[in-house]
Amino acid sequence: MKTKTFTMGGIHPADNKLSADKPIEELEIPIEVQIPIAQHIGAPAKPVVKKGDKVKVGTLIAEAGGFISANIHSSVSGTVGIAKEIVGTSGYLEKVISIKVEGDEWEESIIKSDELKKEITLSPDEIQAKVKEAGIVGLGGATFPSHVKFAIPEGCKAEMVLINGVECEPYLTADHRLMLEKGEEILVGTSIAMKALGVDKGVIGIEENKPDAIKHLTKLAENYSGILIQPLKVQYPQGGEKQLIKSITGKEVTAGALPIHYGLAVFNVGTIFAVYEAVQKNKPLIDRIVTVTGKNVSKPSNYKVRIGTPLKELIEKAGGVPENTAKIVSGGPMMGKALTSTEIPATKGTSGVLLFSEKDTKRADETACIRCGKCSTVCCLGLQPFLFAALVRKRNWEKLEEAHVMDCLECGSCSYTCPANLPLVDLIKLGKIEIKKLREARKK
Amino acid sequence: MSSQMLTISSSPHVNGEQTTQNIMFGVIIALLPALMVAVIFFGIGAIKVTVAAVATCVLFEYLIQKYMMKSTVAITDGSAALSGLLLAFNLPSNFPIWMVVAGSLVTIGIAKMSFGGLGKNPFNPALVGRVFLLVSFPVHMTNWPVPKWLDFSFADSATGATALSVLKEGLANGQSVGEMQKLMELPSHISLFLGQVGGSLGEVSAVALLLGGIYLLYKEIITWHIPVSFLASVVVISGAFWLFDSQQYADPIFHIVSGGIMLGAIFMATDMVTSPMTPKGQIIFGIGCGLLTVIIRMYGGYPEGVSFAILIMNACVPLIDKMVPAKRFGVK
Ligand code: SF4
Ligand code: SF4
Repeated sequence: MKTKTFTMGGIHPADNKLSADKPIEELEIPIEVQIPIAQHIGAPAKPVVKKGDKVKVGTLIAEAGGFISANIHSSVSGTVGIAKEIVGTSGYLEKVISIKVEGDEWEESIIKSDELKKEITLSPDEIQAKVKEAGIVGLGGATFPSHVKFAIPEGCKAEMVLINGVECEPYLTADHRLMLEKGEEILVGTSIAMKALGVDKGVIGIEENKPDAIKHLTKLAENYSGILIQPLKVQYPQGGEKQLIKSITGKEVTAGALPIHYGLAVFNVGTIFAVYEAVQKNKPLIDRIVTVTGKNVSKPSNYKVRIGTPLKELIEKAGGVPENTAKIVSGGPMMGKALTSTEIPATKGTSGVLLFSEKDTKRADETACIRCGKCSTVCCLGLQPFLFAALVRKRNWEKLEEAHVMDCLECGSCSYTCPANLPLVDLIKLGKIEIKKLREARKK
Repeated sequence: MSSQMLTISSSPHVNGEQTTQNIMFGVIIALLPALMVAVIFFGIGAIKVTVAAVATCVLFEYLIQKYMMKSTVAITDGSAALSGLLLAFNLPSNFPIWMVVAGSLVTIGIAKMSFGGLGKNPFNPALVGRVFLLVSFPVHMTNWPVPKWLDFSFADSATGATALSVLKEGLANGQSVGEMQKLMELPSHISLFLGQVGGSLGEVSAVALLLGGIYLLYKEIITWHIPVSFLASVVVISGAFWLFDSQQYADPIFHIVSGGIMLGAIFMATDMVTSPMTPKGQIIFGIGCGLLTVIIRMYGGYPEGVSFAILIMNACVPLIDKMVPAKRFGVK
């Protein structure tokens, strides 16, 4: 099939997919897990267990705190500890439910076998309810509650399901491995999403740097009606929802609009695998695939990890923290978060753990902006980052808002490219916080 | 591992290769073929002018940053050296050194630092320097040494006029282009292309400049928009005149290989600081430069119009940037 890509902006950072040929390994269950109650966009979940309660794998421990929120289940069996707060991925204090592990006992309702179940017996409404119950959120990193995408707003009609197998972040290989090892499940999951949304067309977009995944899924897809595999030219940030939609369908989702306004629903391959497990196996979201990698890591790997496992366990398994490590990142190098410690637990949004040396991640000294315009040329949304930087430094928040800074998806292409090494994304994030404050103040 | 040892900063955590410094030095590298041609044709004079311009530009920037602005000294970013080199490229090889120094002072002191330094100057510094010298020392600035092969003698070489001033004078005296070509008063296209003509240091060889341009494109330091639109508009506009009357107007090829157009289109107009940000804006800018260049060459008081054309278009950059901002995604 002809390859496609998006047309505005984009960059080509070095791939560095060091763990692409490492099969997914199951990580040992730790002695204790710390499960944050806010692992998703939206309202935090409300704990429904207290100290001393016995839980099994899959027991609901916190329920969704609103429509845009998600249930949270225990990823282990054991005893609930005291409620506490720890510094999380965000760098802020986060409320967690800690559980001391005892054995590995699962809720009886969960089907533990790996056997493929193709037949979809649930109705669209039941599917939506299952996804909600299972606490599934976008696993590509955005962590948006998935059941919301199945609730089609008044006046909209779904036409197509898009599955994001792009994994455009350098270094990360979790989705790639999943496509190779759980291809059938991903296709069944796609069929489930299609059924739930009442559409007969599904497209899985995969970048050309994963030819094996494209080949494998294309072959498997012959047995699934309505599902196409779309090869995509490598370009960052193609995994961004709007970019993927543009690449595959040619449609441009305007600022403020949702994909469903264009008849589209987009899910990441990891998410759609979780949908498969929830609907076909009754399994809530209690684990995920995490890539642990870095140029100096002795065994770059892909692990299946129980949510709440301290990241140091993953790092240990991959050979430990290399001597010269200067920065540890949760997620990809372009959009991930720098971590303050390795005690931080893996959450639903943890797609990777990157161990960087000073050299890998050094930012050169800043010079004056030389007005080269490259930041704007590479911006996939056609924004003007140099202008944002100047306005933030002048603290001119009104002008900054008018310049559409709130549209920015923080993809990092501008900072990556800027020859003057302006901290563009840092400044943009700062500006957004100030504008949010301003908007709050206006409401009053 | 203790948490104190970890760097915490915003994403992205990896960075591209390009820096301000390697852009500036990339342009300097791209200018080397033309510099070599200049040394081959103009000998020791070319070296003297170049060294003087580069050294004094860097020195003035250092002194101003250190003692007047009391800011960090950033001469290692290469921008001052580049301005010096470009200034030298716009001068004749027999130009008195003290005048070169005066040119450097205007280039760095007035055209660049008085606006706040790198990135803040509205006009191309080297062109401001050149125009200052042209206005102040018109005789020296229009008296070009005739190129000779590898002449390293210190004796004053013979001087003559550039192809463009021969053309202008000839036309003013009632000669036609055809007559001048027949009498061999005008150099052939091929020698203009290779560089065996009178002219300023850097503008004599179109082919060497083109080579540099290809390098800049390859290194992604410039994009095609400004040079191509600049050259294309010169060809189209001068071509139209030439078709109208080939005895009064020189042909378009003569126009693009003579004088400072190549140097201007590839190296001066593409200066990031003083050109528009968006590709569309850059095309408008390039066309404006081409149009003004041809008009000045044909109707202006000076035989060459590239410097003025670019400076005038520099002044239009804020307007162009406002008129054609980047197109936002999803906005019709
Ligand atoms: S971080 Fe924002 S401004 Fe920068 S390139 Fe990405 S979307 Fe554009
Ligand atoms: S990329 Fe950097 S130097 Fe270039 S215009 Fe943008 S902010 Fe300025």
